Formats: sequence, C-alpha cells, structure tokens
Amino acid sequence: MTVDPKALRLPGVQVHPTTLEPRRMTLAERLYLPLLAGMMVTIRHFFLNIFRFKKKVTIEYPEERRAYSHRYRGHHILTTRPDGSPRCVACFLCATNCPADCIHIEAGESPDVNIEKYPVVYEIDMLRCVFCGYCVDACPEEAIIMSNNHDMAFYSREQSIVGKADLMKPFTISPDRLGYRPYYPEEDARHAEMRRQAFDLVAAARAKPPARDAAAS
Amino acid sequence: MPPELPSFLARFPAGSVVPQTGAGAPVDQETWVVRREVLLDLCRELHASRETRFDLLLEIFGMDYPEREQRFEAVYHLYSIPNGRRLRLKVPLAASDPTLPSVIPVWKAADWFEREAFDMFGLVFDGHPNLRRILTHEAFQGHALRKDYDAAKRWILTEDKIWQPRLEAPERGDSMFERMTINLGPSHPATHGTFRIVALVDGEEIVASEIEIGYLHRCMEKMSETHTWQQVIPYTDRLNYCSSFINNVGYCRSVEQLLGIEVPPRAVWARTILSEFSRIMDHVVANGSTLVDCGALTNFWYFYQCREEIYGLLESLCGARLTVSACRIGGLLADLPPDFVERSRRLLETIPPLISDVETLIDKNRIFLDRAVGVAAINGEEAVNWGYTGPCLRASGVGLDARKAHPYDLYDTVEWEVPVLRGGDVYDRYRLRMLEIRQSLSIIRQLLDRGVPEGPFVIDDPHVALPPKDACYNQMESMIYHFKLIMDGIQVPPGENYGFVEGANGELGFYCVSDGSGKPYRVRVRPPCFPIFSSFPTLIRGHGVSDVVATLGGLNVIAGELER
Repeated sequence: MTVDPKALRLPGVQVHPTTLEPRRMTLAERLYLPLLAGMMVTIRHFFLNIFRFKKKVTIEYPEERRAYSHRYRGHHILTTRPDGSPRCVACFLCATNCPADCIHIEAGESPDVNIEKYPVVYEIDMLRCVFCGYCVDACPEEAIIMSNNHDMAFYSREQSIVGKADLMKPFTISPDRLGYRPYYPEEDARHAEMRRQAFDLVAAARAKPPARDAAAS
Repeated sequence: MPPELPSFLARFPAGSVVPQTGAGAPVDQETWVVRREVLLDLCRELHASRETRFDLLLEIFGMDYPEREQRFEAVYHLYSIPNGRRLRLKVPLAASDPTLPSVIPVWKAADWFEREAFDMFGLVFDGHPNLRRILTHEAFQGHALRKDYDAAKRWILTEDKIWQPRLEAPERGDSMFERMTINLGPSHPATHGTFRIVALVDGEEIVASEIEIGYLHRCMEKMSETHTWQQVIPYTDRLNYCSSFINNVGYCRSVEQLLGIEVPPRAVWARTILSEFSRIMDHVVANGSTLVDCGALTNFWYFYQCREEIYGLLESLCGARLTVSACRIGGLLADLPPDFVERSRRLLETIPPLISDVETLIDKNRIFLDRAVGVAAINGEEAVNWGYTGPCLRASGVGLDARKAHPYDLYDTVEWEVPVLRGGDVYDRYRLRMLEIRQSLSIIRQLLDRGVPEGPFVIDDPHVALPPKDACYNQMESMIYHFKLIMDGIQVPPGENYGFVEGANGELGFYCVSDGSGKPYRVRVRPPCFPIFSSFPTLIRGHGVSDVVATLGGLNVIAGELER
C-alpha cells in the first residue's frame, strides 16, 4: 500500500504547505481589460443563438420534449396477455426487490387452471417509488416494465397510489413510449431473429402449398 | 505481509495496542485494537512520529455488536499522506461505560465525527467541547444506529429542547457597530441544501459562527441494514447526487472486494469513463453555483449545457438522469448502448469549448478575482488537519488523489496528472476544478481510443448477478438462482472492508461489514464534504456575509451526502 511520494508530488518526508500563495493580478487584470474578451464570448453566444435558431440548446418543454432512450425509467406498465388479463402471477418478487417498499400486491387464485395466482390488487405508490427499475429486474414473467412517461402529477396523496387498471392502461400507448425493459444479450437477440425467420419460413410454406408440390414433382 | 510496526509501540503497556492478524482479521487494511486508556497518546504518536505520520483522520464512527462482551466499538480510519498508508483503530467499549477520550487535540476533523458517533451510538467522548447531537433533533431519544433501536419508533420533537446557539467572540474596541446574530438558512436561496449557519456579525464582518445540520438526514445507514446488498445501490445515488455514478461505483467496489470477485473489463472500462463524466458534472455544478452566487449567471448556462449532454449519455445507459443506479455488484445494470462511444466522442467535442468560454469569462475577470482571491483561504497543513480531501485539499497545495495514490479501475493505465494549486482560497478551488475537468476529459479520450473491451457487462456468477432474462425464462437453474438472489440477496461472506473511490469532492469511502446473512450488518459512508463543512466557521471568520455565500459553492457541500 505504499506509494511513490513523487506520484503525490510531495518531496520525501514533507510538511504540508503552511503558507498560501494566492493568485496575483497582472496590470491588465487590474485595469479590467480581460473583461473585453469575456464580452466577446457573450456577444458571440448572443448572435449565434439568434442566427442559428434551429441549433439552440433550449427546448420549449411541454410542447417540445427531449428524446429519451428506450431504457428510460418512467411510469410503470403492467403487461397483459392476449386476452387482456395481467401477465403478473403475484409472485411478490418485485415487491421484495423494491428498495422503497412501494409495491403492494394482494394475490388471489386464478380462474385459469394453468395459472396459479393473479394479483387482485396491484398498487404502486408513485410518491414512494424511486424509479430504480429493480421491479423490472426482478420480474420473472416480464409482467412489469417501464414507460418513458415521467410527468405524473397528482392532486392528493391518495391519487399517487396507482392501481392495476391504471398500470395496465399505459400499455396501449405506442411502442416508442416504452422504457426500461428486460435486457436481452445481443446473441439471444440474434437467436430470436433466427427463430422468427424460421416461423416466417413455416408460415410462408403453409401459405403456398402448391410450391412444395411443384418441387416434389 | 503486514507492514512493520512502529518502534514507539514498545512504550505502550503490553496488550493495550494489539494488531489484528491471522484468521478473522480484516484483510483490506491494517487494523489495531486499542484500549481506550492509551488512545489519545497513541493518536498523538501516530500523528507526530516521523515513522507513521498519520496526518489525515478520514473518519470516526461507532459499531454495535450486542452479542459481544464489549458491545460498542469506536473505529478510526487514519491515512498517512506521505506514506500512502492506511490504518484502522478499533476501540472496544463496554455498554455500561461507553466513554473514550476525544482526539480533537490531534485532529480537528474529529469534532463532527465524534458528535455523530455520540448521536448515533451514544459513545461519549471525554474532552469534546461541544458534544451534542448533530444529525438528529435535540428532542430525539435513544441512539438510532444501535442494533436494539426500533427503527419504527416515532418521537414528538418539541421546540422547548431546541438548541440555542450562544456565539461569543472577544469584543473589539474599535468596532462602531452593534453585534447581531443572523441566520443563513436552513431555507435560504444561497445555501445549496438545507443547513443553518448562525453567524454573529459585527457590521458586515462575521466574528463567530456555528453550523447546524441534520435537516436532510435520511437514515441511509440504518435502512441499509434492513435491505439486501443490492438494494443499497439506489440509496447511494442520493448521497452526492451531482455525481451519483461515482457513489454507485464506490459502494459496488467495496462489496465486490468483500466478495472477492473481479468485475469484467467491459464494466470496469465503462465505470472509469462514466465516473470521469460524473466528475465533470459535479465540478461543473460546484463551479457554476460558486459563480452564480458571485453574480455570474452566464457561466451557469454554459456549464449546464454540458451537464445536460452528460445526463443524456447516462440516461442512454441506465434510463435515469440524476439518480442513476447504474452499477450492480459485479458490473453494470445493462450493456452499453450501441452508440455509447460515438456519443462520448461527441461530448468530448462539446465540452471543451464551453469550458474555455467560462475560462475566458472568469479566469482573469477582476470582478470575480476581487470576490474570490484570498477569501476563505486555508493552508495545506490546516486543511489536512481538518480532514479535507479532494479538490479543496488539492487547491491548498496537497496533491492527494486516491486515483493516483491507490489506483483502482483503469486509472493507472492512462496518463494524467493531479493538478495542485497553492492559494487555498475560493479562486483556487474554482480554478482547480477547471483543471481537473481537463484531466478528466483526457482520461476519457485515452480510454475511448482504446476501444470498448469485449465481454460481458456483469460478472457471470449466478450467486452475485442476476442471470440474463432469457436464461431465466428457459432454464430451471437460472430461474432458481434468480429467485434466490432476489429473495435472500447476495450471500456476502462475513468480514469487513473499507472500499474507497475518489469522489468528486474527496475520498468517498464505504465501510461494509457483513455477518454472512443476505443483508449488510453495517454500511458506513465516509462523506467527503462532512469534515470539509465542519471547518466552515473557521473559514469564514473575519469575512463578510457575502463571502459566506461565495465560499459555500466552492466547498461543494452536498446535503444529501453530508447527512446521509
């Protein structure tokens, strides 16, 4: 754990400086001359902002929004099965993994025999939530994902507790508003692509049975 | 190979200073178990002796082991800048009499740390001039970090017990003003964060002042004890929230050392780059707010433009801008986005012109120089004694930087230097941060030129990192690991470790103790701005009220980290 004193720029066994060497002003600085260079900077920015209006750095927020990545951790979404029921199986992993303890689930027996449980109540307290994405990491069913919607406003604390119905609604929004979702390694994305292509081939073959006959003959 | 013990130890009675060795001893740094009777003498020797020269007191904190005979433990982390050596002193204390001598005569930094240990554990420091609660309210009862303290307990905090500052300063014959006590804060536009500065002013000059903190105490250390190791990461975001990525790295490194795992090169590479970007962000905020407080608003916008762009980069990796939670124990939360290098390179082109613009506006500007040069100056010797680390220490002429002194991640593979200035005042703190931004940019550039290392972004160990989602859906083992990791947490072997990184405002340390269960036994944060802010009354004595405001930004006191 010893260090070369030179790396610390300290000479050998040294004493720390007990004196101060404050900066001294030059004559030009005393005469406020460098302020002219500073003025040039602000003037340059002023005119650039006027004439390159399209390149301006500010945005007019509610109308105009920043483009967020597809990993943005915003309002949660409970995904659904094709029949519209939630994919959630009430396993409580998200509630366990939540560092803010903001997820409240009450499980019930599912009417579907293939599925054991479903959430009767699924609530997220948006004021407690820290939007860390741990629930998404924990979910083994891809039942909870996040959207890139970050403006949530409430009139009361009660409203901030968002229930199942509201969490399932955002899934109807367009796919480009989806946020933080489970991550797939690139390789598996390729496999998924190959699988999809294989399905496409099967579908294509089914669509055109005469072509196979032609090949057989 | 344990380092040699200093010769002066022979003078102490046998058994009063016992270096911990062998099985069960901490492996991260030298640890001595010290009897409290000899503590003050030992500290004097450690500080003064040429052999050891432990000139920097990093922190003091308490530990509570209810099952032990001597229940409490006061832990001291010392650092020797000339020797680059670390030492941990442990002072066991009985529950019936948790008293030990104060080490303020040796290190002034001990002042607030001892108050914190008193507040949280009820350790009584003999000889402390002002031993009262620091993070909790005066009417608070009990000591919150003791293991038997019920965290769900609520107290009614009345005002009759509230601390009333009594500021005294010798009268001066020539003053023509009446003395007046004024409050800056807790809620004041010029205090960045909620803390209260009570100042006794003589006209415009501050003759004495006291600070009250604790308005933003969030029990982070107590909460960590009831959550799994992985769940602590979002808490660390909220320490120094200007550079939350560095906090993530610091915490994860400490736990990784405890686990004895190695992070894949891809994650290390990304951590180094993003730490440097976060450092730039933090410096930009510190300088920007210093300048705004001095009336220079324009720079703030130039600075915030580059901050905004860096936020965008972080968001593309992890999905959040401020509280990133981007690290996981063993790596990162997700792979780097495909355009990561391209975006980073674009940032390297965007940032320097903005920094140069600010330099042109400010560096030689007499209006700022008059406000900043010689204001709140502290020399190197004093700064070390007060426990300074980071840019504030380097601006006082001591070139201590954990990235250089104890290189971690990739800092020893790139070429860069530690800028050091000798003024120790508001101006040099500003200037030093500007120089460090340039160094950070150079580090990033070198790393980007090296190219992204191939490989996984998180360790391939199902006992530490969650398996990939598709494996979790398709393989039974991965599914079991996934459940076990979330339900039980990472099983960290029993032990203790002090992991540190060079945070944006000094050495950020995480002292993690594990008892082998899935939850931390204790996570102790060494907040860099805590000792720095404790010296504030000395810094501003004799300066005007307006200088208080100018100083505060440059110290980069972040309430989230100060009070945890």
